[in-house]
Amino acid sequence: MEGELALLGKYIGAGLATIGLGGAGIGVGHIAGNFLAGALRNPSAAPGQMANLFVGIAFAEALGIFSFLIALLLMFAV
Amino acid sequence: MATEEHGGGLQIHPMDQFIVKPLFGDGPIEWYTPTNVTLWMAIAILAMTALLVLSTRRRAIVPSRGQSVAELFYGFIHKMVEDVAGHEGLKFFPYIMTLFMFVFLSNILGLIPMSFTTTSHIAVTAVLALLVFLTVTLVGFYRKGIGFLAMFWVSSAPLVLRPILAVIELISYFVRPLSHSIRLGGNLMAGHAVIKVFAGFAGAMGIASVVPIAAIVAIYGLELLVASVQAYVFTILTCVYLRDAVGDAHH
Repeated sequence: MEGELALLGKYIGAGLATIGLGGAGIGVGHIAGNFLAGALRNPSAAPGQMANLFVGIAFAEALGIFSFLIALLLMFAV
Repeated sequence: MATEEHGGGLQIHPMDQFIVKPLFGDGPIEWYTPTNVTLWMAIAILAMTALLVLSTRRRAIVPSRGQSVAELFYGFIHKMVEDVAGHEGLKFFPYIMTLFMFVFLSNILGLIPMSFTTTSHIAVTAVLALLVFLTVTLVGFYRKGIGFLAMFWVSSAPLVLRPILAVIELISYFVRPLSHSIRLGGNLMAGHAVIKVFAGFAGAMGIASVVPIAAIVAIYGLELLVASVQAYVFTILTCVYLRDAVGDAHH
């Protein structure tokens, strides 16, 4: 498909793909918030869980970055 | 607003910084052409060598500044591999150490103004992630034989759920190199693009450009954090994947 309409759809689609950011934000915030809540209850156990915190954040964030990938694909590859 | 129209869009395009250029002339890019990517990769390797080899050449009981930095990195990664991948994973410590230092130094060197961030290119991170994926798969089959496939058959789940879980595990296993590479490349690319967008604002706002410049300083601090955290995350995920191949059966 060519022309103005295809361009319109491309930009709207790329914009809509950024909604995925919200999901990643909720996920990362949930993990960090729960970590902080747990760390304040038992501060001595907190340093040992830093690795788990970062792995969890990385997994949650990856899904948000997939939406960024979709936006990039729409902008430059379709 | 007191800005002129530039035919739609910013004067400095935020994605211009990611263009791969040949170092000499502007001919076509072949696989052997020295480009800005290869230059900054070489600088990262040289920096790694300087930090780890040259600074530990004259070792002392009371370490010099360079030696203590090198020891800090060594101890940090060694502990991470031992904690996450297990004692068996220590055989892969040189690989993981190299991976961490390369990603970390590429991220940090990319933050120098006018430099080039090699790890913001998905092609670069995809190669790193695919190598990790191939290593994990081959080592897993080499060490466990066909038993490596047992990680897809979750034996702690009810029997009815196991085929469904097997499909999910299989998909998540093959998505690993994709998410592993996009996470690093995407984070770096997004951060650098944000800095350039604010730089474009600063160029267009006259006296009020103090605000975007202050914002750039703040974002730059954040980007330093992101550069280290993403190198850390890339490495720790490598260790997590490696645990599947060398460690005991999980789940």
